[in-house]
Amino acid sequence: MAEIMYWEALQRAHDEEMARDPLVICMGEDIGVAGGTYKATKGLYEKYGDKRVIDTPISEGGYTGLGIGASFLGIRPVIEIMSVNFAWLAMDQMFNSAAKVRYMSGGQLTAPCVFRAAGGAAHQLGAQHSARMEKVFMGIAGLRVVTPSNPKQAYGLLKAAIRSDDPVFINEHELMYNMKGDVPDSEYLHPLEGSEIARAGSDVTLFGYNISVHWCLQAAEILHSQHNISAEVVDLYALSPLDREGIRKSVSKTHRAVIAEEDEAPVGVGAEVIAIINEECFFELDAAPVRVHSALVPQPYNHTLEKAAIPDHTDVVRAVLKLFGKA
Amino acid sequence: MTLDDKKRVLREMVLHRRFEERCYQAYIERKIGGFLHLYPGQEACCNGVMEAARPSHDYVITGYRDHIHAIKCGADPKAVMAELYGKATGCSKGRGGSMHIFDVAHRFMGGYALVGGPFPLAAGMAKAIQMKGGDEIAICFLGDAANNQGVFHETLNMSKLWNLPVLFVCENNLYGIGTALDRSTAVHDQYKRVCAYGIESAQCDGQDIDIVYEHAKTAIDYVRSGKGPYFLELMTYRYRGHSMSDSRAYRSREEEEHWKLRDPINILRDRLIAAGELTLEDFQQMERDTDTFIEQDIIAFAEASPEPDVSELEHFVLA
Ligand SMILES: Cc1ncc(C[n+]2csc(CCOP(=O)(O)OP(=O)(O)O)c2C)c(N)n1
Ligand SMILES: [Mg+2]
Repeated sequence: MAEIMYWEALQRAHDEEMARDPLVICMGEDIGVAGGTYKATKGLYEKYGDKRVIDTPISEGGYTGLGIGASFLGIRPVIEIMSVNFAWLAMDQMFNSAAKVRYMSGGQLTAPCVFRAAGGAAHQLGAQHSARMEKVFMGIAGLRVVTPSNPKQAYGLLKAAIRSDDPVFINEHELMYNMKGDVPDSEYLHPLEGSEIARAGSDVTLFGYNISVHWCLQAAEILHSQHNISAEVVDLYALSPLDREGIRKSVSKTHRAVIAEEDEAPVGVGAEVIAIINEECFFELDAAPVRVHSALVPQPYNHTLEKAAIPDHTDVVRAVLKLFGKA
Repeated sequence: MTLDDKKRVLREMVLHRRFEERCYQAYIERKIGGFLHLYPGQEACCNGVMEAARPSHDYVITGYRDHIHAIKCGADPKAVMAELYGKATGCSKGRGGSMHIFDVAHRFMGGYALVGGPFPLAAGMAKAIQMKGGDEIAICFLGDAANNQGVFHETLNMSKLWNLPVLFVCENNLYGIGTALDRSTAVHDQYKRVCAYGIESAQCDGQDIDIVYEHAKTAIDYVRSGKGPYFLELMTYRYRGHSMSDSRAYRSREEEEHWKLRDPINILRDRLIAAGELTLEDFQQMERDTDTFIEQDIIAFAEASPEPDVSELEHFVLA
């Protein structure tokens, strides 16, 4: 086990997969000579050359489609979208070509490519650079969606995504690239489905994914030390398909649920998890599930407004206390 | 093309014409649903290019007007018709329909319904060919109006930048649905638009298969020899409406008559008759034989085929 940063974990995954399989390539804006906006492809251009580490023009729809076309013939492209906000320009190709081609062709053709995008709100980047778009991707049949909450997942999910025969969207977070965590020294593939119990507990389940797992962990600590509430934290690293069984199991144990998401509320992970709870274990509930989410506004620039728009661990604590009639 | 080739291609083109006309009838009978985009009038385009290419070796991709491209690549017309009928025996197992014919075994990589969508997919296949070092090329057949999509320009730029082995064939039938080219597109000659990207291009008559073949051969030799992308514009016309509910109010009957005088099948037929290779009676017999084949083999197969099993609704979503 070595403690490395999230970006280093991604870089290592790229590097190992490119060394293992000559059909793996990386594409995106500024990923080659410049080393990648978040360094996820640092050093790879020098090592693998410009035919496999491809600096693309600023043509999201074009190069995403090109990567998908290459994947039809067995190439395994990792396509980096500099910011998830720009993914709108690539969605036609992601959704209409990659996600649907297996079905439309009756199983003849597949698009085994990986899309990686930096998402989430960083600091004061304004409305066009702060979107959370999980909700858009997770509703698309034929597309897998994963979102790593720590370096180990970042490493293992990317490696598994590259080897998957399905198109996989990896939702990263701009604030997490420098986060440190333990990553196994030996090769490790993370399952693309399921969920992880990040902290075991018995009184309430806090569901999070990506950055909101960390709000949930912080909240669980406060709930434990200050309020004597034992919270279980479930990390939904796979957003599509969601882990119905994992959700059912935890809620059947704790009988209460809070879902924390950085995305805006109407439509999204929170809504979906609550629907699954209704379908799988409604009668296990002692209280109505609650979601903690961003305000429905284009992300404001002003620092105070921005903070007000996005929840954090204190909102999770407040939501739990309310569930227990303590607030 | 030898005279024997031409006779074979004439027979194929008759099949392509009659197949599409039979689809029209099946649509009226409600055997075929959804959108149905037919190819009559444009047969020399696909046939001329694919005679110069290597079907089942080169990768072909196109839009929604895709039945004939698939058949020309080697798809079984029975499986194509069964797909139009939505049957389990269809080439896409009833999941695709008219706009999504696939036959990957013959390297027909699909019909796509988003106008312009296949441009970057074709370039991507060319990138894969380049990486693997094969002598295949990628061929992308699309219409004139598709060239107004952003990905057209993005793809041209990348194709030239990376010297990809891709041939773009623009079947310019003068309309995008009901909008005439000169009402949608600032530069009317499509082959001129690619000059901005330094891409080699040509324009030619798309009704005369000999002319299409000669130009396609030049284009394909160029691409296959590693010189990079090529754009070939074929001037053509579709005889039917864009899809099935089209009164063709946007164009004149005179214009249609003019283009019917340049029917690609008649041009080839008359040339073979003049060369003493065929009589009018031979040709009429060819048409009758084709119709019999369509009824007794193709339609009968589609009719007799089972519907997909509803229990398999969710097959083919993920690996
Ligand atoms: C992205 C997108 N926009 C609009 C349409 C609707 N549409 C279908 S075909 C078509 C016209 C395309 O014309 P052209 O490219 O010339 O091809 P043709 O049908 O003439 O062969 C349009 C607008 C579509 N399918 N996809
Ligand atoms: Mg057209």
